Amino acid sequence: MIEDWLERKQICICAGSGGVGKTTASAAIALGMAARGKKVAVLTIDPAKRLANALGLRELGNEERRVDAGVDGELWAMMLDAKRTFDELIEWHAPDERTRDAVLSNRIYQELSNALAGSQEYMAMEKLYELSQEGRYDLLVLDTPPTRNALDFLDAPRKLSEFIDSRSLQLLMAPGRLGLKVLGRGTNVAFSVMKRATGVDLLQDLGEFFRSFGDMTEGFRERAGRVNELLGARSSAFVLVTSPRREAIDEGIYFHRRLKDSGLPFAGVIANRVQQAGGATTRATLANLCGEELGTKVYDSYEGTRRLAERDQANLDLLRRRLGRTPLIEVPHLPDDVHDLAGLRLMDEFLFG
Amino acid sequence: MVVTGKGGVGKTTVAAALGLLAARQGRRTVVCEVAQQERLAGLFGARDVGHGEVELAPGLFSVSVQPEQAMHEWLRHQLKSGALAGLLGHSRLFGYLTAAAPGVTELVTVGKVWDLAQVERRTGGSPFDLVIMDAPATGHALALLRAPRTYASVARVGPIARQAGSIDAFLRDSSATGVLSVALPEEMPVNETVDLERRLAGDLELEVDQVVANGVLPARFTAPDVRRLRSLDGQGTEAAQAAVTSALVEHRRAARQQEQLERLRAEVRAPVTTLPYLFEPEPRRRELELLSDRLEEAL
Repeated sequence: MIEDWLERKQICICAGSGGVGKTTASAAIALGMAARGKKVAVLTIDPAKRLANALGLRELGNEERRVDAGVDGELWAMMLDAKRTFDELIEWHAPDERTRDAVLSNRIYQELSNALAGSQEYMAMEKLYELSQEGRYDLLVLDTPPTRNALDFLDAPRKLSEFIDSRSLQLLMAPGRLGLKVLGRGTNVAFSVMKRATGVDLLQDLGEFFRSFGDMTEGFRERAGRVNELLGARSSAFVLVTSPRREAIDEGIYFHRRLKDSGLPFAGVIANRVQQAGGATTRATLANLCGEELGTKVYDSYEGTRRLAERDQANLDLLRRRLGRTPLIEVPHLPDDVHDLAGLRLMDEFLFG
Repeated sequence: MVVTGKGGVGKTTVAAALGLLAARQGRRTVVCEVAQQERLAGLFGARDVGHGEVELAPGLFSVSVQPEQAMHEWLRHQLKSGALAGLLGHSRLFGYLTAAAPGVTELVTVGKVWDLAQVERRTGGSPFDLVIMDAPATGHALALLRAPRTYASVARVGPIARQAGSIDAFLRDSSATGVLSVALPEEMPVNETVDLERRLAGDLELEVDQVVANGVLPARFTAPDVRRLRSLDGQGTEAAQAAVTSALVEHRRAARQQEQLERLRAEVRAPVTTLPYLFEPEPRRRELELLSDRLEEAL
């Protein structure tokens, strides 16, 4: 199935809320496509230790590494370091060394570049763009950062370019009060009120931060625009990874609608860890088979499992109704956690059908 | 009390169960959702918890912290004028600046939660005995807890520095603020819990007070049970066979969980308590009561 979704695609973006198995699904997709002869790189954020080990990511920097997976194609993996990517970006965009050093050594940049709103999300896109430009891979699989909301990362490039476009930033970058005059009296008042609320010192530091950023705005804006273009291109595919739990499903429905509204290419849904169960049986049947006491235990356990399976199917039905003809792949709740190549190969059967 | 943990481990459920327990013990309690999820009301079958306080059960309130409103409240207090706050709050300059300035959202959010815990609240209203913050997943929770300190140091002087300093001091006072980390007995959530404790201690000199391992499967089957079940392979009706296989899978999962629990206990300093797996994917009031009973026994 996944193979059809990704036919003629160069980018696969796996999105979904936290804890649904996005990282594992991304790795399984990448491994599966590599096994089918492609040269694939998976960009991941925070894999489980054993999965990271399996992917050879134990002591990596911000570079891809070849994974020895015994496949026909090639599997490469990298763990994204948002701070490092941001630093690299500054180095790349800075017109001269002085600007570069001014930003990198700015107190606000240092203290906050990790917490910068949406920075991890944006940096993931940025790295994706960089690798896609280099064109060394047939397919790039991106495991998106664990956001509160599956959509945060979609907004990151737009937010950044909007902010850079804003006159407010230009105002803060303009030295002295000249900029204020240009923008008119309303802003002037706002500026002085703001000083009262925040304290002058902080405002000046922030101004300095944005000012040193200012020399790079053109480059950033252009880049953010191109990242947006790349996401919307027909060579990209968004895959939603979800659990069959209600809150993840609700978010998935919303996510799907947002993607459609934004005209972004949606490939399909992977429902992960779906509880499986067979048909109903009775306490008496099981007591006959296993004896009275054990039969009751087996019955209780099985009934619980069946309840979960029913609920999962009801939730998935809701998802199917809302998503119309969007393809959906179910991956059963496997007996063991998936955290090595063997586990990923188990998932392969369900993902690639 | 800050409740955090990896995504999908049941933070909101545990926060709600803890809230029920505290309220039952006669403490006026509020649970604050800060990740714009608003799932709490659903658990209690109530509708719509907004930025205001809503009573979910006797003595148990809920607030969903909206950064914009928290910002407005803060400005109004800071400027001592609703009109000025409105002017500033609506100015595009301010909007852009706060949207882009790193950590502002985190600062006003944690500021609102802090305010709820004060005897003299800026926003008026009766004080709470216990404020439970249903915090976002580990990484964001750390950013949230770090924001006041960062601003206290970056701003140096002025109203933000003062305020951020008080919030930071409150968060780091272990007699005032506690951290509860929720985990599942699985590889990744255990790693993240271990990592959280290390990073809290390193970056913020904060301790995790309690770890709650959620969703622990019952130790239903004994070793002889399992041997017997394995010997039944291929016998009985198709459904009975499925039941036997399912029982063996449950047993296997439970055993894996115990391994992870052992690892959790060995690797974190904080005490670890467990909550049972609910064979009920959408917990409601009854399940919450059950969990809060278990917490009461354990804590």
